[in-house]
Formats: sequence, C-alpha cells, structure tokens
Amino acid sequence: MTATSVLRPDVVVVGGGPAGLTAAAALAGRADVLVLDRERATGGIPRHSDHTGYGLRDLRRVMTGPAYARRLTDRALRAGAALHTEATVTGWTGERTLAVTSPRGRYEVEAKAVVLATGARERPRPARLVPGDRPAGVYTTGQLQNLVHLHHGSPGTRAVVVGGELVSWSAVVTLREAGCATVLLTTEHPSPESYAAFNAAGRTVLGVPVATRTRVVRVVGKGRVSGVEVEDTATGRRRTVDCDCVVFTGDWIPDHELARSAGLAMDAGTRGPLVDTALRTSRPGVFAAGNLLHPVDTADIAALDGRFVADRVLDHLAGGGAADPRGVPLVADAPLRWVAPGLLRPGDPAPPRGRLLLWTDELVRVPRVVLTQDGRELSHRTLPWPASPGRVFRVPWSVVRRVRPGGGPVHVGLA
Amino acid sequence: MTTDPSAADRAGAPGAFDVVVVGAGVVGAAIARDLAGHRLSVALVEARDDVGDGTSKANTAILHTGFDAKPGTLESRLVRRGYELLSGYAAETGIPVERVGALLVAWTDEELDALPGLRDKAAENGCTRCEIVSADEVYRQVPDLGPGALGGLTVPDESIICTWTTTLALATDARARGARVLLGHRVTGVTEGPDATVLHTTRGDVAGRWIVNAAGLGADVLDRMLGYDRFTVTPRRGELFVYDKLARPLVDRIVLPVPSSRGKGVLVSPTIYGNVMLGPTAEDLDDRTATGTSEDGFAFLLDKGRKLMPKLLEEEVTATYAGLRAAIDRGDYLIEADADRRYLLVGGIRSTGLTAGMAIAEHVHGLLAGAGLALEPRADLPAPPRMPNIGEAFTRPYQDADLIARDPEYGRVVCFCERVTAGEIRDALASPLPPAGLDGLRRRTRAMNGRCQGFFCGAEVAARLAAGAPPCASAGRPAAETKEDAR
Repeated sequence: MTATSVLRPDVVVVGGGPAGLTAAAALAGRADVLVLDRERATGGIPRHSDHTGYGLRDLRRVMTGPAYARRLTDRALRAGAALHTEATVTGWTGERTLAVTSPRGRYEVEAKAVVLATGARERPRPARLVPGDRPAGVYTTGQLQNLVHLHHGSPGTRAVVVGGELVSWSAVVTLREAGCATVLLTTEHPSPESYAAFNAAGRTVLGVPVATRTRVVRVVGKGRVSGVEVEDTATGRRRTVDCDCVVFTGDWIPDHELARSAGLAMDAGTRGPLVDTALRTSRPGVFAAGNLLHPVDTADIAALDGRFVADRVLDHLAGGGAADPRGVPLVADAPLRWVAPGLLRPGDPAPPRGRLLLWTDELVRVPRVVLTQDGRELSHRTLPWPASPGRVFRVPWSVVRRVRPGGGPVHVGLA
Repeated sequence: MTTDPSAADRAGAPGAFDVVVVGAGVVGAAIARDLAGHRLSVALVEARDDVGDGTSKANTAILHTGFDAKPGTLESRLVRRGYELLSGYAAETGIPVERVGALLVAWTDEELDALPGLRDKAAENGCTRCEIVSADEVYRQVPDLGPGALGGLTVPDESIICTWTTTLALATDARARGARVLLGHRVTGVTEGPDATVLHTTRGDVAGRWIVNAAGLGADVLDRMLGYDRFTVTPRRGELFVYDKLARPLVDRIVLPVPSSRGKGVLVSPTIYGNVMLGPTAEDLDDRTATGTSEDGFAFLLDKGRKLMPKLLEEEVTATYAGLRAAIDRGDYLIEADADRRYLLVGGIRSTGLTAGMAIAEHVHGLLAGAGLALEPRADLPAPPRMPNIGEAFTRPYQDADLIARDPEYGRVVCFCERVTAGEIRDALASPLPPAGLDGLRRRTRAMNGRCQGFFCGAEVAARLAAGAPPCASAGRPAAETKEDAR
C-alpha cells in the first residue's frame, strides 16, 4: 500500500457550510486551520438555496444563498484557513485523527482539535415510511434545489410539497422558478409551521393551496409519479391528488454519522452529539457546531455557532477549557421535542447568542417556560413569541438559574 | 437476424438460435451462462430493460445452506448444490459474500419443541454443525434481541450475498461467452415450427430450436402460450425495511424465526451493504406488477420489529421495498423438459432460487442433454468476469489508496452516504451490460441507496447517468449492443 500521508493542522473542521466556514475564519490567524468538505465547493446548503434571506444575523446584511456561500468561503480563505473540497471524511483512525478520501489521494488529518459541522439533511420518503410505488419524481428540497440550481434540470410540472416549514416554501419558490406548479402543500399540523408572514405570502403571492391536518399515505405511479394519496387526519377521508412530482420537505435529522462512529455521547432529542454550552462533545478536543446540534435553525444561527466555538477551541489549544465533570443534563419535556445544548456545566459560558434552542411539536402561542430540577422549580418565564412547530423556539439563557451542580437532570417544559 | 418477420415460416432456418432462454433473472442468467459454455448459439431474452430487474432484485439476499428444505425434494438438492457452486463462483468473480451464520430463535414453547426436529432435518440436509442453544446463549449472541426468547438453533454456514452482483455476473459471463442478451424483448406470442419455435416479442421475433422458460412471475403465462396447463404463479408480495448502517452493530448474523405453516416469517439480517434488513411480509396477490409497498405491510413489520429488536426501530429506515415471489401451487421446483417440442420449463423457483440458480442450470443442462441437445464444451472460454465489489466487508475503491493514486476518479466520492466514486459510476456506464436507468445504476454501484436518498447527490448522479459513458471508455465495448440487437 502507498504510505498514507498525514496532515497535522491545529484544528480540523469537518463540513464547510456556514458553521464550519465561520469557525475557520475566526480561528485562522490564531491557529492553523483546515476545513474538509465533501462537496465540489464549500458553502453548504445555501449554495443551492437561490433566494434571499441569508446573512441577517451574522453579516448584518441580506443576500442570496449562493452569494452568502461565496462570501463565507472568501472570508475563510482571506483569513488564512485551508479549504479542501471533494474531501470525504470516511472515519476516525485516532482520538482526533480522521481518514479522508479525495481525488488527490487518501490521507489522514491529525489535529489538536476537531470541529464537527456536518449539518443536517431532510428525512427522505423511506425514513418517513410512506408506502406505495417507487417511481421517479420523489425528491427532498435538497435534491430539488441541487437539480434546479446546480444542474439546471427539470423536476416536473405539477408538484405536491409535503411539509409546512420554512424550507417547504423555499421548495415552492424553487419549483416555480423551474416552471413547476405546486398544486398542493400539505402539513399534518392545524396550521403551517413557518412564520405567519411566509404563510400569508405563500398563499397569496405564490397561490399555493394548503391542506392542513393532512398526511400523505401513498405515492402512486409506475415509472413516474402520477399522484399522491392524502388523508384528512380529522375526518379520515382520503383522496388522490394528481401530480408528477412530490417533494418531501423539512423533518430534519443531523448528519451524525461521524459523531456516532466516534462513539460520542448522543442527544436522544436532537439526535446530534450531546454538547455542553461550550459546544464540547464527550470527547476532549472534539467540538460540534451548527445544525448538527439543532436540526435546523437558519444558516446565520449556524454561522454564529461557528464564531462562538472558535474561542472554545482556542481555550482548548491553550491548554485550558477542561470540562467540569459535574455537568447535569438539560432535558426537554413534551410538547418540546429537544433542547440544545443538552448539558449544563458549572463555570461554562452561556451558549451561542445567549439562547437555548428548542423544538416544539405543538403550537403554544404564549409559552410559559418552566425549568425544574429534582422536582424543584428553578425559574419560569413567559415569552412574547410563540413556540411553533417547524422552526426553532429560542429561549433566553437567563432562564437557566439556580441549577445545582451534581444534581438531577434539569427539565425544561411549557406550562 | 432475430427480427426477420418470416422467421416463423422458415422455422429452423439459420436465423434461429440453438437455445433461447426466456427471463434474465438469476436463474435464466445462470442457464444461459452454462449453455453458452458449449458449441451452441444462445440468446437470453428479457422483457425488462435490465437483467435481474424482476424478482431477483428484491429478495432477502441470503445464500442458503438449505438446512430447512424438505429432504428429498429437488429444491433441497439444488439448494445444497447451488450453495457450493455459487460460493465458488462468487470467490472467482468477486461477488461479495459474508458467512455471518444464522440463529433461529424460538419465542414460544411450541417453537422451542420444534428445534430438535429442525436440527435433525438440517443434518439430513447435510448441515451437521447446527446446535440447539439456550436462551442465555441466544442473548449472548444477539444482545439486542427483544425480551422473551426461549432458545435457538444455530446455522453456522448461512450467509449473506449480493443478489444484484450475482445476476449481473452470470449475465455478463453469458454474454462474454457469446450469448446474445436481448433486453426489452417482452414475449407476446409463440409460433411453433418443425425445427424451431418463434417467440414474438415487443422488439421483433426471436427463434430458437430449444426454448427454456425461466420467466419467473411470467413463467405460467409463457407455458400456456405453448399450450400447457400445469401450474399457476401466485405472486406473493414480500415487503422489507432496510435500516441505516448505523444499526449494523445491533445485528451481526441472520436472526430467523422458527418456520411455521405460514411460511418462513420475518427475519432480521445484516445486508451485504452494511445495513440491517427487517422482513419480509408474505401476502398472496393477483397483480403481478404490485411491487408497491403498503400501509398494512409497514404496520406488520413495525409490530414484528418492535418485538424482535426494539432498538432497531430507533434507527432510521433507509429504504423500503417490495418483491414478488413467484410462488406456485406445489411444494417443490417444477423443472420439466419436453423433448418432442424442444421446450424446458423452470417454474416455481422461490426465494431459494438465488442460491440454487447455478445448480438449476446444471440440472437443466442434464435434462437438455438427456432430451437430445448436443452439448459439446468449448475449450476457448473467456475467464469469468471480475465484478466491482459493492460489499461493505471488502475493500472498496474509496478505501484503496493505490487505486486512487493511479486513477483519481476513484477518490472522487459522488454518493456520500454509500461512498460511491465517480470511477465506479463511469465503469458501470461503460460495462458490457450497462444500466438502463437510475435503478440499474443503483444496483451496480449502490449510488443513491444510502440514508439521504439523493438529498446531496441525487442530481449529480442523475447528471452522470444522463451523460452516459465517456467515449473512450466505451470504445470497443458496444454498450448499445442490446439495442442494436433489437433492430
């Protein structure tokens, strides 16, 4: 066998999306940084989200996804980070050593610190257990946008979009640009999950019929999609909607393979690696950032995770930043599905942007957030914004008070 | 030469093949390969656009020892023989096989009581290494099994295999030996002549002195076209879940239920691609095209899975699919030659056909020789093909530093979840039997078979498929030959 070459940067960042690129830009100059990205170009999902709305919170200006991807890439390069594209991390060969395959060869990267920023993907149809035929014309938003914006292909002429999250409207916009009408958008919730403004715009500007309390029960078509059968979950009534493509949107899951294959402690709620508020995973020197931790928040929030984690990584490189073993888990109670970060350690900083990120399965218009530990209420706070399914519910860090180190799990619930 | 409309009138004229095998599933491909090793002209006629695209693509992909076959049946004999033949052929051609072994698990007293009988039957079938084990041993072997197991029977030699590569290797080999592979030729009618039988197909006539019917789900239809009325194929749908590779540590061997009168039941098994499979269901249908999955099937599998291995259900499902077994109304294979009419039927080949395929070919060979077909071996046979490895347990191109150094396309990962490289996709498109579409490419490379189902790579894979083989790669390899043949 050819001797495997080994690169030894201070920090290796896996994933060149908003979180990874921003972390790299913040670290470069202060440490030797290498970003590994498996795609042909860095930038992550914004590369093929060809609509505006990117950059608000991190760059303080708004631009399209592709422009945002280019800007983050340029910034990381200018700062002095090395970016390897078409570089697929295939596994771990040491505590902080990764095996990489690229057209330039197979190599290893041994670093003093690793930042996992591998992002999230939408659950495809099989994972949602939607039965029926297996025709062509079934997409996720990711595949659709890749097809339309990077490959200039045609998805079809009549689409059903499954899901009412922010990303679902992004799919509708992409379909329209590709000359494909959205004949129905379905959501299992009583109302679409994204911001009301989007829903109003979607219905009026885009003219998309929305079916709430509706689930897709079957895909129909030999060779090519000819329709989907949908069920009104209130009445049980079913009907078939004619279409030639169907887009399964949202329902995000972290791309957590590297975290799991490392044997890192995992968060049962987010299904990403379990991290504390310093974004440390259970392995010293291995950090995580972005939508791998909170599937999914917007790209700018992921980017700000990246900026935040850079200082924690520098602490680690300087020999500090050891984790206090008296951490207590932070656990979400129904209707909350998850909370991130999931571990509270004494002496740790507040999480990125001073916010806990949560996900709810039910709409709560005036949420009263209650924290308890060992049956004792620690704090409560009524927030003026709703907890809405399909997007992250952000809670100020100041609700986390009076936590007893070494005590039982802290529960966060809605009352 | 195969499409001359006057072929029927001239039956027996030079246009006829010596043997036409109908059905390019694993059985038909194995038969065509065997026959093409002799001084014969052979055609392999397939209704679909690809080999192995019917029942052969959607089975449980187990290389069976035949431990639970009914002793004395043709099936039991051919499964045992096929296990040997295919194991050897797999080693020669690079078809991935893993000898993971199986564990039959008894969940009721009745099932526990059946184990000694099964062990004895296994011994009669030549499987002498099977052992009855305690419940403790069952949980030692499969710690994540659900509660309630009472005991088990080990079947050490039961193996998993790549069903896709198997059919493709046999068909590629048949073609290299000179057999004509005629894809997209659906047989619509038959005219018998004095010296040859003409099959009318959707792409013209194909005449053969001998006809071998290995048409699987359509075997009874073709049999009736030839005037017989001896069996009916009842498609039995089997639905399966394929779980994410991250579930693989839960299951390191095939976990089988104790067979009952209702069939073999639901199993949990590793797949050769590093996933975990749960299934199949068993549901008799009338519709031979009903390869869709169903709500009832899913509910049944989830219920079974919850009992068999609750932790498995916490993992993501990567794929769901349904296959149709060509079940017939008798308990054994139905393989009969009619010397007068120069016709041979291979019917009733159930899921064991993957294992038995090469032995069925050997058996068919004997029957044809007995019926008067001259089978003179050729001395100039090409070496069997070396198939690209798509098995997880063996080195794949993305792991091979030397290969990548020689050809960087093997370092260019296109499908991230399954780690399929541009080099492998290029090779598949330039291969002697190239894929007819995305599904064919999936079966040859695993591209898009992973957990994201195309979220990241779907558009890229489709673009590469549409671009086709690079001109230099296909030079001298007429990838479009099957289409030429159709004219």
